[in-house]
Amino acid sequence: MSDSATLHTPLHALHVELGARMGPFAGYDMPIQYGTGILAEHLHTRSRAGLFDVSHMGQAELVGPDHATVAAALERLCPADFLGLAPGRQRYSQLLNAEGGVIDDLMVSRPPGADGRLNLVVNASRKAIDFVLLQSNLPSSVRLIRLDRLALVALQGPAAVAALERLAPDGGLAAMSFMAVQPVRLDRFTAFVSRSGYTGEDGFEISLPADEAEAFARRLLADPEVAPIGLGARDSLRLEAGLCLYGHELDETIDPIEAGLAWSIQKRRRVEGGFPGAARVQAALAKGPARQRVGIRPDGRAPAREGAEIVDASGAPLGVVTSGGFGPSVGAPIAMGYVASAAAAPGAAVSLMVRGKPLAARVSPLPFHPHAYHRG
Amino acid sequence: MTEIRFTKDHEYVRVEGDLAVVGISDHAQEQLGDVVFVELPAIGAKLAKGDSAAVVESVKAASDVFAPVSGEVVEVNKEVDAQPALINEDAMGRGWILKIKLADAGELASLLSEADYGAFLQTLA
Repeated sequence: MSDSATLHTPLHALHVELGARMGPFAGYDMPIQYGTGILAEHLHTRSRAGLFDVSHMGQAELVGPDHATVAAALERLCPADFLGLAPGRQRYSQLLNAEGGVIDDLMVSRPPGADGRLNLVVNASRKAIDFVLLQSNLPSSVRLIRLDRLALVALQGPAAVAALERLAPDGGLAAMSFMAVQPVRLDRFTAFVSRSGYTGEDGFEISLPADEAEAFARRLLADPEVAPIGLGARDSLRLEAGLCLYGHELDETIDPIEAGLAWSIQKRRRVEGGFPGAARVQAALAKGPARQRVGIRPDGRAPAREGAEIVDASGAPLGVVTSGGFGPSVGAPIAMGYVASAAAAPGAAVSLMVRGKPLAARVSPLPFHPHAYHRG
Repeated sequence: MTEIRFTKDHEYVRVEGDLAVVGISDHAQEQLGDVVFVELPAIGAKLAKGDSAAVVESVKAASDVFAPVSGEVVEVNKEVDAQPALINEDAMGRGWILKIKLADAGELASLLSEADYGAFLQTLA
């Protein structure tokens, strides 16, 4: 039972009706799993289509006189190139502090046909901090508008595009490439859709009015290919996909280069800087970071969890596990963590301290399970 | 007659002569979710009642199995080692985890009967 201070998404009643086991996450009462369990939900998403409620995440828009002004305002806080973001495209980036540490990671999209608007999706656990940061750092010509009356759901998996197309046969969904964004009429619902997600699978993230979210979710769940998926499987899916989770692989002491996110900092920004912590980021790009995010595969079958110390053969500390568990599609335990760069080569042998004993493991390339994004 | 007793930590003990067959209850496996690994004790390990006897790892978390009675570990379930999901499929039967040679049968008296465990589960709902 949740207490009165816990928040509910617009789909809360639906989760309870579907028999979800609920649990707290970022101040919300969220579905951790449904009847069939985490393993089955994970595998269903990779073979068919999983529907995730991610309405707890923060949605907002930046509004200004034109694209260049709004993009420049965001570029003062994030290291990505937003000036060059084309209409109908989305980009992944981070909000950085003065030391180059990550305050949050986020998706930024430029809706087609609307000049001077950028849509933001940020993490639930950080949205309060993010919105204060943004509001305090915008020029007078740019406003932040919180979109608290929007829900957000994700439909992920190889059957996702067909399932969504059944609601919008002329919506142009199949033609959307990975990281494209557009408004779409899905059945009777008006939505803003991106072809993106947090599972490594092809799929879509769908933003729509909160008071329509339950009817929309029910419509999708009526499709035999679609099953509801909880946060438990969301975590195992993103871990297999090698994706960062704020508070684990990202926090205010970790910069994007150590985190392996240099790809999200486009060339012009690397050269020009002009974002918080640019000096640290540029130094790490030039010399290589001192530590790096890596994948780790235990040799045996015992999982290693977040917080497990990573040591070398002599027991000397190398780093720490930031996420760990079992990968249902991999069929083996997997983990991510940070290690000293000298020890970060794929294949390098390490030990993970689990219940006081060193377990043999190896540094592994990421992702653990291949991405299936629709590159078109 | 096979006697079965439970702990409030959701372990069970099935007495077979002077051996105690130990596992986790059906309620426990349901709460844990899909079991992916079981860390078993060494044969010959001497356990005191309440010691961590084994660890059951689910997709989400690790959970200790505490020895409900004292004694020496004489057998561990190789089937569960190879197929951890057995604990989900048949926690009370084929999903047993270890067998302890009872050091003190008197310890059983303070454990819950099946009826009392059932009543205990009701209080948790």
